[in-house]
Amino acid sequence: MDIIGVGSIPIVLLTGFFSGGIIALQMARALNTYGAASQVGSIVSITLVRELGPVLTALLVAGRNASAIASELGSMKVTEQIDAMRALGTDPSQKLVTPRLIATAVMLPCLTVVADAVGLFGAYLVACPLLRLLSARQYWNSSWTALLYSDFAQGLIKPFLFGMIIALVGCFYGLRASGGTQGVGRATTQAVVVACIWVFVVTFVLDKIFVNL
Amino acid sequence: MPDKDNTIVEFEKVNMQFGNIWALRDINFALKPGETRVIFGQAGAGKTALLKSAIGLLHPDSGEVDLFGQNVTASRERDLYTLRSKAGVLFQEGALFDSLTIRENVAYPLENQRATTPPAPDEIEHRVRETLRFVELEHTLDKFPNELSGGMRRRVGIARAIVTEPPFVLYDSPTAGLDPITANTIMALIAKERDVRHTASLIVTHRYQDGELMANFRYNPEKQELIPVSEEEHHDPTRSRTKFFVMKDGEIVFQGTRAQLEENDDSYVKRFVRH
Repeated sequence: MDIIGVGSIPIVLLTGFFSGGIIALQMARALNTYGAASQVGSIVSITLVRELGPVLTALLVAGRNASAIASELGSMKVTEQIDAMRALGTDPSQKLVTPRLIATAVMLPCLTVVADAVGLFGAYLVACPLLRLLSARQYWNSSWTALLYSDFAQGLIKPFLFGMIIALVGCFYGLRASGGTQGVGRATTQAVVVACIWVFVVTFVLDKIFVNL
Repeated sequence: MPDKDNTIVEFEKVNMQFGNIWALRDINFALKPGETRVIFGQAGAGKTALLKSAIGLLHPDSGEVDLFGQNVTASRERDLYTLRSKAGVLFQEGALFDSLTIRENVAYPLENQRATTPPAPDEIEHRVRETLRFVELEHTLDKFPNELSGGMRRRVGIARAIVTEPPFVLYDSPTAGLDPITANTIMALIAKERDVRHTASLIVTHRYQDGELMANFRYNPEKQELIPVSEEEHHDPTRSRTKFFVMKDGEIVFQGTRAQLEENDDSYVKRFVRH
């Protein structure tokens, strides 16, 4: 949990902050056209909490941790450490997969909450002190009131599922690695690519479900 | 037909192929308690495949492998935990867990075997120290594998394999890549383990000296050293507990005692004998 959660905080902070800021910048121009610049807070909060927060955080964690898991387990596989575990009468899944699955599934929602909060703050800095579109009170008020319970539910269910996908994909490719160091490299790349694809597929499916609710 | 109740491992018409290459071809043999089989063969002859098949790490395409009387080939992975807890394995490069200390590596089977209840922490510490003392590495408890030499890692691997005192130990190239002095130390430890705990063993090796040492020497607990066995034992197949296999393209092309091995005229078999 420390490596996956705490270790990912710096990159999540940076990405979250700049995502919020960029959305605010782009939206400010578009909303000004319709004289609706005061809505920037609600648009940023809905976009971040529902979609960009979970997806961006998941992609970052996929890049950082699916690769780490795949390369770590892949190295263990090619150096016969996994076979050693099996040969010693122990279960590699229980020792290697379960802790990583729990850690990623627990930490990804936490990281997403951090990314959402920092993103909203980044958007606030752009919308209020920088562009002076609205007051701080207006911004935070519109950001908060725009969110529904279903938005929070989406924002937490998605990263929980993404966390499980990332850990399982990383473990799957790591435990299947073969062919020495080249095989470990191949497993690592495949894990990141497949985990990212699954993040988008699951996002689409969940969005379809939530939109119809 | 061997007595299955008194057999450690038995291979019956075992065949396995990787693509078009035979890894194991019509393998038949039985290993009894206290017996040793030393397996020679060129790279790719199927030695490691044979070892891994014995404990169900690899599954043959046909035939049957019985470990402690239970069919390994038909067993699911979860059913093999109990059987594997009765076997120790030394892998080619040691396969130590590089993120764990030597203490944690050796304690690993004691703490994690699914078929047994872990002993109390004090008991684990006692057994880890005792086993590391057996391989003369008690001083390395808190080191990591990458801080040890190749020979020391191999000895820790032996300690991890025997810490649960299994009746059956498999050694995959225990001396590969080691200098002759370290290799002899390792083989002396394996012979000591065999004679002190009366374990059955399968030993894969490329060095004829390794098999020679296993066949020619016994550990004497009083003198605490290896002593030569009698000449009659060498030449009496019924008394010799150490037998030799030579493998070629997945097949066992020779099996017999050291004397029979040395007298064999086959040009392939002769390559593994030092005259």
